[in-house]
Amino acid sequence: MKFKNIFLVLGLLLSFSCKTPSDVYKIEGKNVNVNDSIQAKPSIESFIKPYRENINKDLDSILAYAVDTYSKSDGHLNTAIGNLMADVVYDEADPVFFKRTGAHIDFVLLNHGGIRSIISKGPITKRTAFEMMPFENSIVVSKLPGAQVKELLDYLAKAKRAHPISQLKIVLDKDANVVESSIKKLPIDFNKTYYIATNDYLINGGDGMDFFKASEEVIVLDYKIRNALIDYFMKTDTLNPVMDDRFIQLKD
Amino acid sequence: MKRREFIQQTTAATALVGLGGFGLQSFSSAPKKITILHTNDVHSHIDPFGPEDGRNPNQGGIARRATLIEGIRAENPNTLLLDAGDIFQGTPYFNYYGGELEFKLMSMLKYDAATIGNHDFDNGLEGLYAQLPHAKFDFVSANYDFSNTIMDTHAKPYKTFVKNGIKIGVFGLGIELAGLVDKNMYKETVYLNPVEIAQDMSRVLKEYEKCDLIICLSHLGYNYRNNEDKPSDLSLAKLTKDIDLFIGGHTHTFLPQPTIVKNSVDQNVLVNQVGCYGINLGKIDFYFGNNKNTSAEGVSILV
Repeated sequence: MKFKNIFLVLGLLLSFSCKTPSDVYKIEGKNVNVNDSIQAKPSIESFIKPYRENINKDLDSILAYAVDTYSKSDGHLNTAIGNLMADVVYDEADPVFFKRTGAHIDFVLLNHGGIRSIISKGPITKRTAFEMMPFENSIVVSKLPGAQVKELLDYLAKAKRAHPISQLKIVLDKDANVVESSIKKLPIDFNKTYYIATNDYLINGGDGMDFFKASEEVIVLDYKIRNALIDYFMKTDTLNPVMDDRFIQLKD
Repeated sequence: MKRREFIQQTTAATALVGLGGFGLQSFSSAPKKITILHTNDVHSHIDPFGPEDGRNPNQGGIARRATLIEGIRAENPNTLLLDAGDIFQGTPYFNYYGGELEFKLMSMLKYDAATIGNHDFDNGLEGLYAQLPHAKFDFVSANYDFSNTIMDTHAKPYKTFVKNGIKIGVFGLGIELAGLVDKNMYKETVYLNPVEIAQDMSRVLKEYEKCDLIICLSHLGYNYRNNEDKPSDLSLAKLTKDIDLFIGGHTHTFLPQPTIVKNSVDQNVLVNQVGCYGINLGKIDFYFGNNKNTSAEGVSILV
């Protein structure tokens, strides 16, 4: 580590003040790296151990099996893993929303960047959910006017990213104009308001999704996305998500 | 109300200065060293990063930090250990135990004080309050008014310590919560302007508490280059006086060494922050003296 010697003059102050023991005459500062060259203190290590083992046991207990490996880069405008995530949010959050409001979620919009890891072929555990969604983001439902639903479609057309969606269908032409769109297989009525499930990051304007700022109402479900994934994994035997035609671009 | 007390203390201080002038020779005692150790934004990173980690392989780990701190304390028992907030959130330890293990381990490492970061509200005020029995150290926060919350009286504006006759004052500052933390989590917590509070705290600790060393334990963030109006450690260091050290957090800034800043009366202040996840430990040694060492060239700062 490099040490630079800097002498600083506090001339007046020092020459007038009493040299009591409370005078600082030298300060040394450095930031020390904690790494594997330092021995772990055994008493601390053994205190942590039961907590770690308990967590690992729970995190690694097998909930389901994935038939393949899925990554958010496998696909252009929709991916198997993104479709799974958005569908899980719809499937798990809609009953909660309905119970609370008597209304149903119309569609789901998440963000591509919110998928934080791949799903590996083989056993699915709670750890998978923690890896996919390490953040505490939770599901919120926006009551959004049709005009902003239009903005949302334009946003997705322009972004050309596989932002996960569920119950929404978008077809772009080769110039990325929206040529077809539907919600739950019905044409979109831009004079109506829709209930859109998303996460608390996007509702606050994350990823430039400013249209959510026009929400007439935001219903907080107190339901973390990670927990929705875990709940889904627990009742599912085999994960076999697919890339489909929910968000596509026509070649010509 | 406090005025009479204040005048009395001012008189006492003047008398001391007078005495000092007479008895210069008597100040030949050995210099005293105070060591300040600090962490910030550990974010529940209890275990070290594994060898496979893409970013921080083999870094961090609280059991290693314990060994390091133990060694420093053996060398100098006059050591304070502080944390600048965001103790919670980041690994399943928090999701499973709600911060219990973090507080228990920090108590075992003998932390002296911590301030409150925005993520320490992640399980709400109730979640933080519920874990307090596991913390054998105090929380300091001068600009969060918790009066109308469950946390009322559980975070002091400041705390003083006396180590080897040196009085150290540590006050806490937290970041604005609106827009950063869900209102349901912080409820009626009132955020007060950190600039005014820091000016007030430094006056209280200097003039009323007569501290020899004043430390601001902050979770404001190191610096906001694109938003100079947003209070940060660098901006506060420039706007205040009598504070010797700012220990910061929030921005996960890995400073290679502490930054030296000129305060409002052109004196030097140290501003430090050690990134995040327990990867680094900040160590600042203050040497108090012995007039022989206090030479005309002033305080030497080695960083």
